[in-house]
Amino acid sequence: MSLSREDVEKIAHLARLAIREEDIPKYAQDLSNILDLVEQLKAVDSDGVEPMAHPLESSQRLRSDEVTETDERSRFQSVAPKTEAGLYLVPKVIE
Amino acid sequence: MHTKTIAQLSAALRAGEFSSEELTRFFLERISRLDDKTNGYVTVTTERALEAASAADAKIAAGEGGPITGVPIAHKDIFCTEGVPTRCGSKMLDNFIAPYDATCVTKLSEAGTVMLGKTNMDEFAMGSSNETSFYGPVRNPWDLNAVPGGSSGGSAAVVAARLAPGATGTDTGGSIRQPAALTGITGLKPTYGRVSRYGMIAFASSLDQGGAMASTAEDAALLLQAMAGFDPKDSTSVDESVPDYRATLNDSIEGLKIGLPKEYFGEGLSSDVANVIDEAIAEYRQLGAEVIEISLPNSGLAVPTYYVIAPAECSSNLSRYDGVRFGYRCEDPVDIEDMYKRSREEGFGPEVKRRIMIGTYALSAGYYDAYYLKAQQVRRLIKNDFMDAFAKVDVIAGPVSPTPAFKLGEKTADPVTMYFSDIYTIAVNLAGLPAISIPAGFVGDAPVGLQLISPFFDEARLLNVAHRFQQITDWHARVPKGFE
Repeated sequence: MSLSREDVEKIAHLARLAIREEDIPKYAQDLSNILDLVEQLKAVDSDGVEPMAHPLESSQRLRSDEVTETDERSRFQSVAPKTEAGLYLVPKVIE
Repeated sequence: MHTKTIAQLSAALRAGEFSSEELTRFFLERISRLDDKTNGYVTVTTERALEAASAADAKIAAGEGGPITGVPIAHKDIFCTEGVPTRCGSKMLDNFIAPYDATCVTKLSEAGTVMLGKTNMDEFAMGSSNETSFYGPVRNPWDLNAVPGGSSGGSAAVVAARLAPGATGTDTGGSIRQPAALTGITGLKPTYGRVSRYGMIAFASSLDQGGAMASTAEDAALLLQAMAGFDPKDSTSVDESVPDYRATLNDSIEGLKIGLPKEYFGEGLSSDVANVIDEAIAEYRQLGAEVIEISLPNSGLAVPTYYVIAPAECSSNLSRYDGVRFGYRCEDPVDIEDMYKRSREEGFGPEVKRRIMIGTYALSAGYYDAYYLKAQQVRRLIKNDFMDAFAKVDVIAGPVSPTPAFKLGEKTADPVTMYFSDIYTIAVNLAGLPAISIPAGFVGDAPVGLQLISPFFDEARLLNVAHRFQQITDWHARVPKGFE
């Protein structure tokens, strides 16, 4: 498995990671090596085996629809990069 | 005081030999004098520790509290601690002060333990050597040029160097057991779901599990007793009763069936480590255990399966670091996409970015079935191997790590080489089983760990089997030079 420069750029974009031009060859090499490692799985006969998502096979527990948490906006926003009037500030999204 | 186990400290505190405050000051002094050698702590919480110690002293004086009231411990910096920096080894969380305590932290505080500080770790728990930390590598107290293992390398180092009697850790692919093995301490990874993951910063949610690191199995039992149990705040926490782990520590292991998987003793295992493991197994025969060769035929697939599932879950979990609500934000973003991309590029280190990208690729359109679904199928085959084995044996034993601690920088050039450090530990996480690493001997001055694996929720048995070994050996009591 050998990832191209374009593959690496596409994956980085999907992961919303900026990537420096000079880092691309190293990423291509490292990611290709990791994919070579996982390539072994393709040789395994797993026809009919049910995929295992969770060790204890449990399903998501439900709870009754009641308010259990109090409003802690100001506490949680105290660790935010930028807020104003209880809102999170980000660069302009809508023109 | 630092060579005493938690159980001994507990007895001394209750007998009035010293107060929790004296004990806490003693450890804080050791940390300030010795921690520079290992870089095990990233934060020392002196004030909070002294407050907790005096509260513990009041409880003990009133005849209240439990067996670990007044005992100082350290928390891996992956557990949120209210009002205290919680950085998870990453620049991304360099400015993050947790707004609440992890359930694990709450439970240990309620049990009366005193938090000395937070321990260094691989960035977001991704690593096997503690070299991916933004806060510098941790050094192994047994050899300051060697790694302590990872990702709970800081917790392992501070316990081994007797800079804390015990510590919390987390284990996603071996991150409690491998550093415990490499530093000569006891490290218990409980059954998936046994200990709440609430407030434990997520890496791979179907694999992550918090656990205990200490000198002895008895101490690990004391810590697990406080940590374990159902938590409504963690949807994967399991509602199973928690047994009294200390009650069965001394049970006889006469007739215990120990399985040795032949796949764990083949190519790749250092012969020095193999010799130590053989001798440990001989001790178990002395204790009356029956040793049986078994097979876990899909063992060789554990590492490749893990490097699909863990990165996939990591890429999803770490999407929360977007520079909006908490954590690092880049300077002067030109638009929102620039903010996401540069905050993540600048905030994450290379190993975390590699894993996010592998996971993103494995989950992307057109590749999901070939990678993620396939890995989940093989995961079941790996779990089935264990279920078949446990029809024949009570516990499985083998090495934790194929080699003793390696040197700093030795495996950083090629990520895949590093991944094979966890070849004997990863399958346990995929299956969700509990396992423990106990000190089993040395290769030169480098400690070697023995791994014991049991069926689901049988931590009591693991602790019993480990404790019996520690009754007839003293590997766990050795203290590295320079930290006596």
